[in-house]
Amino acid sequence: MSYDAKFRVWRGDASGGELVDYTVEVNDGEVVLDIIHRLQATQSGDLAVRWNCKAGKCGSCSAEVNGIPRLMCMTRMSTFTETETVTVTPMRAFPVIRDLVTDVSFNYEKARQIPAFAPPEGVARGEYRMQQVDVERSQEFRKCIECFLCQNTCHVVRDHEENKEAFAGPRFLIRAAELDMHPLDARDDRADFARDEQGIGMCNITKCCTEVCPEHIRITDNGIIPMKERVVGKRYDPLVWLGNKIGRRKP
Amino acid sequence: MAAELETHDYDVLIVGAGGAGLRAAIAAREAGLRTAIICKSLFGKAHTVMAEGGIAASMGNVNSHDSWQVHFRDTMRGGKFLNSWRMAELHAKEAPDRVWELETYGALFDRTPDGRISQRNFGGHEYPRLAHVGDRTGLELIRTMQQKIVSLQQDDQRESGDPEARLKVFAEVTITDLLQDETGTIAGAFGYFRESGRFVRFNAPAVVLATGGIGKSFKVTSNSWEYTGDGHALALRAGSTLVNMEFIQFHPTGMVWPPSVKGILVTESVRGDGGVLKNSEGKRFMFDYVPDVFRGQYAQTEEEGDRWYTDPDNNKRPPELLPRDEVARAINSEVKAGRGSPHGGVFLDIASRRSPEEILKKLPSMHHQFKELADVDITQEAMEVGPTCHYVMGGVEVDPDTAAAARVPGLFAAGEVSGGMHGSNRLGGNSLSDLLVFGARAGAGAAAYVRGLGDARPIVPQSALDEAATTALAPFEEEGGENPYTLHQEMQQTMNDLVGIIRKAEEIEAALTKLEELKERAKHLTVEGHRQFNPGWHLALDLRNMLAVSECVARAALLRQESRGGHTRDDYPKMDASWRGRNLICSTEGDGIRVEEQPMPPMRGDLLDLFQRDELAKYLTPEELAAVGATGGATEATDGSGS
Repeated sequence: MSYDAKFRVWRGDASGGELVDYTVEVNDGEVVLDIIHRLQATQSGDLAVRWNCKAGKCGSCSAEVNGIPRLMCMTRMSTFTETETVTVTPMRAFPVIRDLVTDVSFNYEKARQIPAFAPPEGVARGEYRMQQVDVERSQEFRKCIECFLCQNTCHVVRDHEENKEAFAGPRFLIRAAELDMHPLDARDDRADFARDEQGIGMCNITKCCTEVCPEHIRITDNGIIPMKERVVGKRYDPLVWLGNKIGRRKP
Repeated sequence: MAAELETHDYDVLIVGAGGAGLRAAIAAREAGLRTAIICKSLFGKAHTVMAEGGIAASMGNVNSHDSWQVHFRDTMRGGKFLNSWRMAELHAKEAPDRVWELETYGALFDRTPDGRISQRNFGGHEYPRLAHVGDRTGLELIRTMQQKIVSLQQDDQRESGDPEARLKVFAEVTITDLLQDETGTIAGAFGYFRESGRFVRFNAPAVVLATGGIGKSFKVTSNSWEYTGDGHALALRAGSTLVNMEFIQFHPTGMVWPPSVKGILVTESVRGDGGVLKNSEGKRFMFDYVPDVFRGQYAQTEEEGDRWYTDPDNNKRPPELLPRDEVARAINSEVKAGRGSPHGGVFLDIASRRSPEEILKKLPSMHHQFKELADVDITQEAMEVGPTCHYVMGGVEVDPDTAAAARVPGLFAAGEVSGGMHGSNRLGGNSLSDLLVFGARAGAGAAAYVRGLGDARPIVPQSALDEAATTALAPFEEEGGENPYTLHQEMQQTMNDLVGIIRKAEEIEAALTKLEELKERAKHLTVEGHRQFNPGWHLALDLRNMLAVSECVARAALLRQESRGGHTRDDYPKMDASWRGRNLICSTEGDGIRVEEQPMPPMRGDLLDLFQRDELAKYLTPEELAAVGATGGATEATDGSGS
């Protein structure tokens, strides 16, 4: 139950690189990451790749397989024909370090900009009370394994390096949504932050992020769109605007 | 070389960024100390994310009979009384606070109908005790603490303009050696950036090891590549000691097919939520495997076991929920007897017992994992499962209260890399609570130690730095040497076949011979390419750690002539009370490992009183039982729950 597959893997570093052809054994039930590991063990000991859990839970082995952003550990070889050439390239939106490893520090910088969870005042440890139905909305976003495939695929930054400064990307828009929907978060400015600091307005809801999410989080429908609605409701609803102006409503 | 060496100064250096490391970092930083966290991977990817079931803590939200005393008792039973009772006591007492604290960091656990943290049943726990988030609890824990660390950095940003003023994460750095002064006192650590291959030196008078386990020494394992026993080996080389290394937990339910995912974990929650184990004849075989020490605590009929899920106060739990070592051995026996599944496991069936909706709600990542990796729909068909190397009970010998490592001032350890807490076998759910409780204690312990030093800082001799650099670069110097991948595979196969779930003297001796051979060959490794992000080189450096740790496991396993928890000897199949009070302590001796016996301190009287006298009689020698005295050991269980 094994065959020799044709693989093309991008090899190189920040200064440049190229696709290199390999012929490599594939066995029943294997995934793309298994094949990359076999290349390491038998043909190219220094082939750089990130991975940890090999079970789709840590989000380390993100790459593009035949041009599609995917986790290599969750891409089964049986989804390709035996004669097909499988091309593996690093995520395109981030600078290459070496081979399939990219510099994803952009994401950690964006994460640090979001104001942390603000615990409710006067509620002691052990006294937090929340209903399951209320925590479920945020729990969906907390399924995120930070593979950054959504960040990689989002066209706002994928082809526009210059947008990275102003745009936080889908992963961190749902982090804002998660905090906004957290039943006990004490801040009420999450939507303002999404508008003013995270550039939520730049998202034009093409839903590419949702499509590539290995956790099947409905990033756009359940996270970004409700946040956009909150922004609109708070900022552009004429009645709310009037209320703010005449001081009847806390901005 | 010294002139170019990148150097950082901190008060506390945390090696490892899983649950224990992050919790230790939070504690050290909150104590006001400058703290650095070393991450072997990217921040937030640590193996803790793989933990599925939950965090054990006797909050009593689902069953109010629960208390720290019951949790303590379950933990000691699970470890077959070999646990450090002081660690088990601290753990049971402090776990609820550590869980509640996570909520103040922003964690969102599943809830009870009255809005508290929900708790689920798990093997060996008398009451529903595991705080959880579906079956991705570890991810929630890591993300929560990752975000807490970011929030502490935001505080520093506001105060000083520098988010990394007092807490910095060094991602993708591997520590290869601890640095010590001439008396052996900890002075820092030496390592390299994976990305560039450049060396880096950390000066820090306190180092907390939080590096996790050793699973990558075995072929079939649920552990990730990071689990190469780095902290275990660093402690050994620094002159500290390891305890309980013969005890390895083989989780009963790992995936067995397809081959590329063999070993990946199938959470115990499948059984906690109603799943049962069946052999090829369709029989629920676990009823045949209830050992004497647990008889009376588990259901004897399928009907009673099934009633327990809805009426736990009046029925006993099904034997599928026995501690992990028992279930793993039972599966092993069924397969050996020819009653296994097509791919060499047994069947784990939840499809015939719960509705698809319930399964999807409670076990979403299991459904996802089987669908994506094995093309099996667990709401429709049974899973095939078998034992997989999951956890090492053994680790650095520590002081229970401060997590200070034995024999090396300034060294601390917490989480899986430390030993003693779980005795011979860990209960599910006790790992996440362990790393919270002792992570916090290690951070506080390290902080107190540093404060006690005043301004004094240990000095590292230059020769130690030169030696560390030379050792790390050796694989580039040699041509025509061994391939590290090949050596690694041979070692994994050896440990799996000869020091695995069932052991005997001849096989362990054969493993030791093979390990000696591998140790020699590992002196002549060759890696290709250069230092920038080179996995072959990384593996070459990790190999010496795995070899040292494997030798500890094998030597201790050979010495312990009994079967207990995660150590099963075919040639000594019975648990032997005379072995209970003895720990096996590993240390380095020249190029090899020395193992010595060390008596355990007797358990405090008030803790002994939590057990009925006839239960103590199952574990203690007649002399020990007599020494407990006529008053020690309760005649009735103190919480009224019976057994």
